[in-house]
Amino acid sequence: MVAEFTKEADDPAGSEERPLVRVTNLKKYFPIMKGVFRRQIGSVRAVDGVSFDIYRGETLGLVGESGSGKSTAGRAILKLEEVTDGTVAFDGQDITGLSTQQVRKLRPRMQMVFQNPHASLNPRMTVASIIGEPLLEHKASKGRERQERIEELLTLVGLDPSHANRYPHEFSGGQRQRIGIARAIALNPEFIVCDEPIAALDVSIQSQVVNLLQDLQNSLELSYLFISHDLSMVRHIADRVAVMYLGTLVELAPVEELYDDPKHPYTRALHSSVPVPDPVVEAVRPRVILEGDIPSPSNPPPGCRFNTRCPVAQERCSQDVPEWREIEPGHWVSCHFADTPGW
Amino acid sequence: MTDRPILDVSGLTTKFHTQDGIVHAVNDVSFSLNPGEFLGVVGESGSGKSVTMMSLLRLIPMPPGEITDGTAMFDDQDLLSINGDELRKVRGGKIGFIFQDPMTSLNPVFTVGRQIEESLRLHKDMNSKEARARSTELLTMVGIPDADQRVTNFPHELSGGMRQRVMIAIALACSPKVIIADEPTTALDVTVQAQIIEIVRDLREKLDTAVIWITHDLGVIAGLADRVLVMYGGQIVEEAPVRDLYGRPEHPYTQGLLQSLPRLDQRGQELHSIEGQPPTMHVAPTGCSFAPRCPFVHERCIKEVPKLTEAAPEHRVACWWDTHKGEARNGG
Repeated sequence: MVAEFTKEADDPAGSEERPLVRVTNLKKYFPIMKGVFRRQIGSVRAVDGVSFDIYRGETLGLVGESGSGKSTAGRAILKLEEVTDGTVAFDGQDITGLSTQQVRKLRPRMQMVFQNPHASLNPRMTVASIIGEPLLEHKASKGRERQERIEELLTLVGLDPSHANRYPHEFSGGQRQRIGIARAIALNPEFIVCDEPIAALDVSIQSQVVNLLQDLQNSLELSYLFISHDLSMVRHIADRVAVMYLGTLVELAPVEELYDDPKHPYTRALHSSVPVPDPVVEAVRPRVILEGDIPSPSNPPPGCRFNTRCPVAQERCSQDVPEWREIEPGHWVSCHFADTPGW
Repeated sequence: MTDRPILDVSGLTTKFHTQDGIVHAVNDVSFSLNPGEFLGVVGESGSGKSVTMMSLLRLIPMPPGEITDGTAMFDDQDLLSINGDELRKVRGGKIGFIFQDPMTSLNPVFTVGRQIEESLRLHKDMNSKEARARSTELLTMVGIPDADQRVTNFPHELSGGMRQRVMIAIALACSPKVIIADEPTTALDVTVQAQIIEIVRDLREKLDTAVIWITHDLGVIAGLADRVLVMYGGQIVEEAPVRDLYGRPEHPYTQGLLQSLPRLDQRGQELHSIEGQPPTMHVAPTGCSFAPRCPFVHERCIKEVPKLTEAAPEHRVACWWDTHKGEARNGG
């Protein structure tokens, strides 16, 4: 069953293959400063020890609520944030220690699509100069060749090449997101972090953008880290899904397994919180309602971070940090009781 | 369902006069709300769903807004023509409002208790002691623990989900006949949204308040609403009991919306998408506003605005084409 949905399945020893991105024990703390002398009095542990791999050609979905650290993780992987601890290896090369100049050389290979298409495009630049900037910066092409590439990119993302000299405000939200995508693929990257690329869009436009991302993935052999809080869309687009809670991963599994047989109580609760657009199903669907809100990442609870809201928490959960373990091949979870049947 | 409607809106038309010309935000909208009914209103941004409901209580800024036509009968009064004093009795008293963003719709310098008590003292003539007791009771009702402590908190001391509960408590304070909730869970995380929906579900059983719930999320109202209005381009394009709407949508826009949601049995396939962009509303509609994006578009759709007509019992649609039969609707 996994084989159908994991592109690595062609390779019987999928785990032997070198991942395109390998994240190991990644941590990103933000300091909390106070007083006149800006003394550090603590830190926000936005990402606190996260490990996962992204393989070539796959889409890894990263889901979680606001404040879970999913966007910070995405930014840290691209070195848009300085990493506190841990390593990110891109195509076998550790990039955490690289200088800005060295990372710059890798930029053409790894790109980002941002959440808000209204804020991520410079309002004073024409579409042609926005999309053409990476080409210019990385001396990929110039003059006539660059013009042709810009037109090619616009066509590729479904925009009219004759609109190249317009400004971002002349486009709708969905079209602006297409411009952001064109900019991201301009240098033929291998890996793109999509940070909530459809969250700011209307429902009828969301599916257009998701289809575009999937088409581009197939034609350009892209790998995606697809960060989202929309579980149903992630289920549609991702091959494997990682669930984040308060800076740590709680579960990672092939998409069908994660949705059909979630092992972590948080994954179950998250899954059952999403309303189903079908009144017949909604009338009978069982619900797990979590108590309270996500705790502050500057002062996470001891033991399992989910223990304060967990409907099945035991005494042990507030003392021991659960181990991140592979309970079935390719299915990772951090819960003491993940393999206890019947709860 | 045979009860006399508690709210009856007819021919509502709202325009905004902007620098770029007139925006036709709401065009000839008519609907009614029965006592105790839960009415879902679905539409994308710019479809006019919020402006319609804000217009009812004349909450849109005027100018630039202008309600050019229509009536809204509530309690034998026309909300669109009564004077300011009468309107104030309705707002917050007989009709409660819950806004989308609990961060900005509470006053940061007053305690939540005082904000709940404000409407009680204004509308119900309660003294401070009675109002405090009632506000504590309300906070308990919306699932806030230690309510007698919480009434002394300021909004910034509460989380987003707690603030939205306070908003619900304020809306419920004077036991209104109608509550209008404008995207009340959109700013919240899914697990907190699930908590709020559970509270609303629970309150529905206990109180007989009618609710109008505005949303862009077809999932949220599927399990809550009795009846759903679908809005597009400032008009109601479809109106039906919830199961009929999801089970047998009549309007091509509703069909497209439901098909564009990712489904389990279609993983890996292209999602259905509605091509094109929503209308800009700078010109008054001369035909069906969905016509430029509609896969079934006919000549008539561009020339004539379709009226809501009955397609099945209690199921009304504004479309010239019957997609199920593949022929023009009667009269078309």
